[in-house]
Amino acid sequence: MEDIKLIKGNEAVALGAIRGGCDGYFGYPITPQSEVLETLMELRPWETTGMVVLQAESEVASINMVYGGAACGKRVMTSSSSPGVSLMTEGISYLAGAELPCLIVNVQRGGPGLGTIQPSQSDYFQAVKGGGHGDYHMIVLAPASVQEMYDHVFDGFDLAFRYRVPVMMLADGIIGQMMEKVVMTRQRPRWTAEEIAEMSDSWATTGKHSGRERNVATSLELDSQVMEQRNERLQARYRQIEEREVRFEEHGMDDAEYVMVAFGSSARIASETMEMARRDGMKVGLLRPVTLWPFPSKRIAELAAAGVKGILVPELNAGQMVEDVRLAVQGGSDKKIPVWHYGRLGGMVYSPDDIYSELKRRSDECAG
Amino acid sequence: MSVQVEISERNKVYGRSPLLTDAVMHYCPGCSHGTIHKLVAEVIDEMGLQDNTVGVSPVGCAVFAYNYIDIDWIQAAHGRACAVATAVKRLNPERMVFTYQGDGDLSAIGTAETIHACNRGENIVVVYVNNAIYGMTGGQMAPTTLLGMKTATSPHGREAAIHGYPYKIAEMVAVLDGVCYVTRQSVQSPAAVRKTKKALRQAFENAMAGRGLSFVEVVSSCNSGWKMSPVDANRWMEENMFPFYRLGDVKVVTPTAI
Ligand SMILES: Cc1ncc(C[n+]2csc(CCOP(=O)(O)OP(=O)(O)O)c2C)c(N)n1
Ligand code: SF4
Repeated sequence: MEDIKLIKGNEAVALGAIRGGCDGYFGYPITPQSEVLETLMELRPWETTGMVVLQAESEVASINMVYGGAACGKRVMTSSSSPGVSLMTEGISYLAGAELPCLIVNVQRGGPGLGTIQPSQSDYFQAVKGGGHGDYHMIVLAPASVQEMYDHVFDGFDLAFRYRVPVMMLADGIIGQMMEKVVMTRQRPRWTAEEIAEMSDSWATTGKHSGRERNVATSLELDSQVMEQRNERLQARYRQIEEREVRFEEHGMDDAEYVMVAFGSSARIASETMEMARRDGMKVGLLRPVTLWPFPSKRIAELAAAGVKGILVPELNAGQMVEDVRLAVQGGSDKKIPVWHYGRLGGMVYSPDDIYSELKRRSDECAG
Repeated sequence: MSVQVEISERNKVYGRSPLLTDAVMHYCPGCSHGTIHKLVAEVIDEMGLQDNTVGVSPVGCAVFAYNYIDIDWIQAAHGRACAVATAVKRLNPERMVFTYQGDGDLSAIGTAETIHACNRGENIVVVYVNNAIYGMTGGQMAPTTLLGMKTATSPHGREAAIHGYPYKIAEMVAVLDGVCYVTRQSVQSPAAVRKTKKALRQAFENAMAGRGLSFVEVVSSCNSGWKMSPVDANRWMEENMFPFYRLGDVKVVTPTAI
């Protein structure tokens, strides 16, 4: 049965986990995402779906519990906010190296250091460029609504298992804390032991039965030649993901002279800016990457080639995604068009007006 | 007088555990790890748990334990084996789950994960190989290194004023309610090997019976790290390690008492 609920983004993650057939959640409290663990403990899903929920002693422990659960072929996840995700990065690198699927939710807050509990988008680099050591990627989903925080749990697990990679949901304190209507899909059952065996018998460490060789979840390989081959295999998979899994949303692009590229909560604010601008007769479009990695570079290059006059990238950081937008423009188009960054830092949030003023200033510069 | 010896399964008193693979162990000659692996393999085999066991290997010399015992394995990040094992056991309660860790892995970088798995009373076994040194990285000081002991990072001998004191994590975890069995054994003599095997068997039975966490420390030699011959290393261990790391049971909660 479908239910409609008015809930916070963080609660949507918890409900998405239960309804999405998640087997285990391991987490540690940190603002602004603690409601995920609190909601799960309140709902006690171990009594209904059998999902395990555990408050770990740290984010280091959480991610290594995720590593253990993922190795067994289970749908497992954790959530945290920026400082906690920094602690997890070694574990995430191990998950990528051992080719294990899982979901990590980062409800970002401002940094660096202990920073602030206010929302931010300053972990973009950490999420899309790897974060931990070694050449690896996570698929990064950027929800822009409470509904998407729910849906991305399902999508995240599907993608993680399709490619055997860790997936990160990169949310922020605004979406994590705000309340919106969510349509909750029907309960998806947890996988049975038989289903796990059917899907993952070649790698999951479920206990070695006589029908197969022992399975070992490891990222270690001391023979450099073999290690290079492993890396190449990972890279080939990343190219495949870049080919197939780019997701984005566009508005007002048909006649757009100026384009804004924004993700997550910034895209919500920028969509208001777009409406204000259009009311004034300014032809503005909005591109919202839903996957931050893989990034919609091709589409951005097309827009640049099609004669857009300039691209504004509002993000709640000092200029991170703007680098990928510039790379896309430079790498994919002969036309030189300006790409501007506009940001607020440390937990400050811009209004639609703020972005609009910046857009007008930049477009005037262009015209003048 | 000639004695007729019948070679048959019936008369067999010792054999190589079928769970040990054919891979040549990478351990230094004289290292305790090989003997402890053999005992773990034997216990799993004798309990008929091959299909049902997931081992968690550490970062340390035993990182490649998965090449030697023919069960499913997960290689954990340095120090995190107890967190990994926690999830494996919680998600697969019917499985036998154990970690195999060195003293750097377990009692330095992994102290928090160890203590908390113990405190939660996870139904797992922790096999703790204490050789008082970091073997894998070339013989640096561990938290367990004895005072006065020379290592690569305590070249003048461990001094309490600089490095602090060696510590006994077995005694520390023994006070936690989640822990049902703590014992300290060794493998330098046939008698010691037999005792260690018995302890491992007890620990594995505890885990399968859901009695809580069992912690089996094996005081071991690292002749390479200690820069001694295997024979000297064993003698040095008996003379110096055993007086500090006293062998025997530290905590036994009998099933009826639970
Ligand atoms: C995060 C991290 N820090 C440091 C290391 C390097 N390192 C590898 S093994 C090891 C110590 C292992 O010593 P111990 O646990 O006593 O095991 P032994 O080799 O003596 O059996 C260290 C420090 C690492 N691999 N990862
Ligand atoms: S370095 Fe020490 S612990 Fe490592 S294999 Fe050699 S003797 Fe064993």
